[in-house]
Amino acid sequence: MSASWANPLSARRSAEAAAADRVVGRAVAAGAPAGWRGLIADWSSDRQAFKVSWGKAMMWIFLLSDTFVFSCFLTGYMTVRTGSAVPWPNASHVFSLNIGGTELPLLLIAIMTFVLITSSGTMAMGVNFAYRRDRVNAATMMILTAGLGETFVGMQAFEWTKLILEGVRPWGNPMGAAQFGSSFFMITGFHGLHVTIGVIYLLTVAVRLLRGRYEKTGNYQIVEIAGLYWHFVDLVWVFIFALFYLW
Amino acid sequence: MDVTQSHEPVHQPVQAPVQEPQAHQQHQQHPIGLYVKVWIALFVLSTMSYLVDYYQFHGLLRWGLIIMLMLIKAGLIVAVFMHMAWERLALACAILLPPLCLLVLVALMAIEADQMLLTHGLFFR
Repeated sequence: MSASWANPLSARRSAEAAAADRVVGRAVAAGAPAGWRGLIADWSSDRQAFKVSWGKAMMWIFLLSDTFVFSCFLTGYMTVRTGSAVPWPNASHVFSLNIGGTELPLLLIAIMTFVLITSSGTMAMGVNFAYRRDRVNAATMMILTAGLGETFVGMQAFEWTKLILEGVRPWGNPMGAAQFGSSFFMITGFHGLHVTIGVIYLLTVAVRLLRGRYEKTGNYQIVEIAGLYWHFVDLVWVFIFALFYLW
Repeated sequence: MDVTQSHEPVHQPVQAPVQEPQAHQQHQQHPIGLYVKVWIALFVLSTMSYLVDYYQFHGLLRWGLIIMLMLIKAGLIVAVFMHMAWERLALACAILLPPLCLLVLVALMAIEADQMLLTHGLFFR
């Protein structure tokens, strides 16, 4: 600073810069915040790239990173499956249910898919109600969504139990390539974890809705942000269903 | 660079109460009928992909159908349920373009998998 006062030319320049800063409404050097606030103010320069609320932008960026995590799992699965010299277990057989003596291929997985899609539908309704400021209906839809999510996790637990009883382990199984177990438990386990976290997240927001926490600001976007997470869980299942169960 | 641009969120005059610190910049309000239609479409598409397995299609037909149905379902969820169709292009590009890098990873790992299969055939037979 002192150097700029000594040099009349640079002093003039900094005055101009300060004036320009004032126009933008940026904190000028003299009154600039120090510490972490200063760091954030300097780096953001009072500009935002995405014209959405920070919560929504951050959720999208988190989901982008999560996309990479799941994609790495699925790519790893593709690699071990293609690279395995031992035949891969036939998913259509492994995941079939025996009802009344007839073998129905992939029945449980199909029901799980429909349950998750339905939960996505109810979530979309919840977001819609929230934006109409109908908080009781919005919370009801979210609790319904969480219930369907929990049903999904329950069916997954059943499926895991069935496979473990049939001798499927992460290091081997009686049906074929050993990598089947590790891929299955890792991919569906990580997805099930996401569903479980989603259920907790949705219930938390629903309880807050009912308590009128968002009445004060009138900002119900949290419901849409929670919905983004939930739809993403459904989206991941679409890929798992196609690539793991149908392939 | 537009230094004078306003950073104030666009207020929705009808919806916004008087003292609203953070208005909904992107107010995502769409008719419920749209969601119901997408919901039904997802049901139908899931049933179709289930039938691909049920009728035991094989080869390119199975592959093409599975991938096509998967991508249509994913597109519907992202575009309508996640409202990406109505978000600003800057956000859509920032979120939807980076995953394309994954195609490179998939291509590399497919080559790697062929190599693995080859070496497994050579040494573990």
